[in-house]
Amino acid sequence: MSNPTLGNRLSKDDITIQSSSNRNNSLTCGHRACQGCGEALGARCAIDAAHHATGGKIIIVNATGCLEVFSCSFPESAWNVPWFHSLFGNAPAVASGVAAALRITGKEDIRVIAQGGDGATCDIGMGCLSGMFERNDDVLYICYDNQAYMNTGVQRSGATPPLARTATTVPHKNYLGNDPQIGKNISQIAIAHEIPYVATASIGNIQDIEKKIAKAIHIRGSKYLHIHVPCPLGWGFPTSETIRIAKLAIQCGLFPLFEAQYGKLYGSIPIDDPIPVEDYLKPQKRFAHLFGKNATPDAVSVLQEVANSNIVKYGLNGGDI
Amino acid sequence: MQYQLEGSQAIAKAVALCRPKVICAYPITPQTHIVEGVGEIIRSGELLNCEFVIVESEMAALSVAIGAQAAGVRSYTATSSQGLLYMIEAVYNASGLELPIIMTLGNRAIGSPINIWNDHSDAMSVRDSGWIILFAETNQEALDLHIQAFKIAESVGLPVMVCVDGFILTHAYEPVDIPSQEEVDEFLPLYNPATSLDIHKPLAIGTMVSPEYFMEVRYLAHKKQMDSLKIIQCVRDEFRRKFGRDSGGLLREYMTEDAETIIVTLGSVAGTIKDVVDDLNLQEKKIGVISIVSYRPFPIDALKDSLKKAKRVIVLEKSLAVGIGGILFQEIELVMKDTDAEVFSIIAGLGGRNITKFMLQEYLSRKSCKKITFLGLKEEIITKEYEFANFCGREGEV
Ligand SMILES: Cc1ncc(C[n+]2csc(CCOP(=O)(O)OP(=O)(O)O)c2C)c(N)n1
Ligand code: SF4
Ligand SMILES: [Mg+2]
Repeated sequence: MSNPTLGNRLSKDDITIQSSSNRNNSLTCGHRACQGCGEALGARCAIDAAHHATGGKIIIVNATGCLEVFSCSFPESAWNVPWFHSLFGNAPAVASGVAAALRITGKEDIRVIAQGGDGATCDIGMGCLSGMFERNDDVLYICYDNQAYMNTGVQRSGATPPLARTATTVPHKNYLGNDPQIGKNISQIAIAHEIPYVATASIGNIQDIEKKIAKAIHIRGSKYLHIHVPCPLGWGFPTSETIRIAKLAIQCGLFPLFEAQYGKLYGSIPIDDPIPVEDYLKPQKRFAHLFGKNATPDAVSVLQEVANSNIVKYGLNGGDI
Repeated sequence: MQYQLEGSQAIAKAVALCRPKVICAYPITPQTHIVEGVGEIIRSGELLNCEFVIVESEMAALSVAIGAQAAGVRSYTATSSQGLLYMIEAVYNASGLELPIIMTLGNRAIGSPINIWNDHSDAMSVRDSGWIILFAETNQEALDLHIQAFKIAESVGLPVMVCVDGFILTHAYEPVDIPSQEEVDEFLPLYNPATSLDIHKPLAIGTMVSPEYFMEVRYLAHKKQMDSLKIIQCVRDEFRRKFGRDSGGLLREYMTEDAETIIVTLGSVAGTIKDVVDDLNLQEKKIGVISIVSYRPFPIDALKDSLKKAKRVIVLEKSLAVGIGGILFQEIELVMKDTDAEVFSIIAGLGGRNITKFMLQEYLSRKSCKKITFLGLKEEIITKEYEFANFCGREGEV
């Protein structure tokens, strides 16, 4: 463990790689993300943790999206690691290619990470991701889930939650934001591929991100990490609230933190006293139409049910999974 | 050594002799035998030290090659027709990133209507993508061009597409001379890229480029292609010295010396045309043939020089730009723009329609020709279609 920053008053268990003075700053300052961007924070934590766990032996493949656009604008780059961007929909396959090249040249100690937003992961890159999983290519795939296509102006993705307002699911008289009947659970799809490791994480729990990265990065074969990264611009909350919003998502059960190996769930982080989903939804403008003058309690109960079912399904109440 | 081989097997052998480290492809007729061939060569242990990645789509195939090449190893893929369109975003990406990937294109028509047979629509759909595009005339040349392609690609830092006519070459058995591994090793040094994804020299590759720099990037891409005209010729010369065979270069000329009429074309159909020309030249017709090897970069000066004495130029191509006409035709018109020669366009062989000696003889015996001729077009089918369309048409006021 590296030295904690001078004056750091965190307890030993709480000390993170991020709080260390000699963290790598893999995604360093000067990039163009919005203030309070959860994705920037998530990527910095995750990649610094991977850098730490491998002694700097990582190569990153990035899909098109906010993370790619805000971190790199020729001739500048905010990355302190070898970093490669090809297209929106092919990052898993490009990473498979990098991994194949490393394997055949005997450099398997260098670990490959592919990363992208929820759109790149659940939607346009799904075929390539499934192919990478099915071949069990030696890549850690990280999805930064901000629950919409942020880079193009907040349109709906397959990971947009029920009832959320996006630019393509604007609430109107007969429409309550995103249709609750549609969307996909990409982590479950990853688990169904029976790959060596699948986990969810959140920037509301940085220690957990670092722990899961440290575990995943050394496993041979395909790994999938899904990180919840609130987006102040797209979700409509003050830029100072990003971490708090992420924590609320965990505490209400809408974003469960779990791990799975070879197709089997085996662990989750319990939430002691689940809060009502309103506490998480209300501070966000994308759910504003569910509250206030034209309140629709039925609609909110749809989301409460999702949370309730997560609590049981993932054993967030300390129960079996 | 001489072997009697199917075109696809010859190509697979050539690729293996170039020792790529990552091969990835997705099956599509008529490219399939090439992929099966390289797969077999790797699995049987004939080619060591090569990863064969069996992917789920063409988009993944070229993307795996992009990743591998960016990580610093020689990589190869192959496709045809719909497969090329399915990966087209990655096609532009590979050339933009200047990754010297080699891809075989088993030329096939593009649907709809779906059709598995040969024409050049697929190659034409990516002619402006920044790849170097070479056309083979025979199986021997297909083999030779692959060996040259790796050298060209790695010398200039651009991907190279080697076009071989689907079925006509890919599935035809012809005698081919296969060089030894030692000879190829001497000709093609190990791949050692100047930049790659390297943990000791972290680079960001594939960044966003704003209007302040984008024009320059595109200009340089064009300049690089034009500069590679020279390199393609140098590689041909070196190949000739090493293997004693004439293959590659910018274009092939046949009987053009005092020809009054010159037929310009691409790919294997040049063989048929040469046969016809042989017969006609016995009757003192003075016809020559040029088949273009390097379609991109387009050898404007070499063509100008070879066509300068021609009075009539006939462009025979297996492709059609719907809404304007011939594609190679427009390019040859550009070459001929300051001359008095007349340029004619033949669209032929679309979707695998045979181009026979008889058809060509008939065309060349015509007293006068239209600017554009669709060779072998069945007028009765066209008439019937029109009648049917009129019959089904909407009735009533417009
Ligand atoms: C083939 C293709 N289609 C569409 C786009 C436009 N596009 C770029 S980024 C993006 C959305 C990215 O969303 P996501 O993956 O969730 O990342 P985020 O920006 O939200 O972090 C879209 C639609 C593109 N670049 N390429
Ligand atoms: S739009 Fe959202 S994800 Fe994109 S940079 Fe801004 S805060 Fe980050
Ligand atoms: Mg997103």
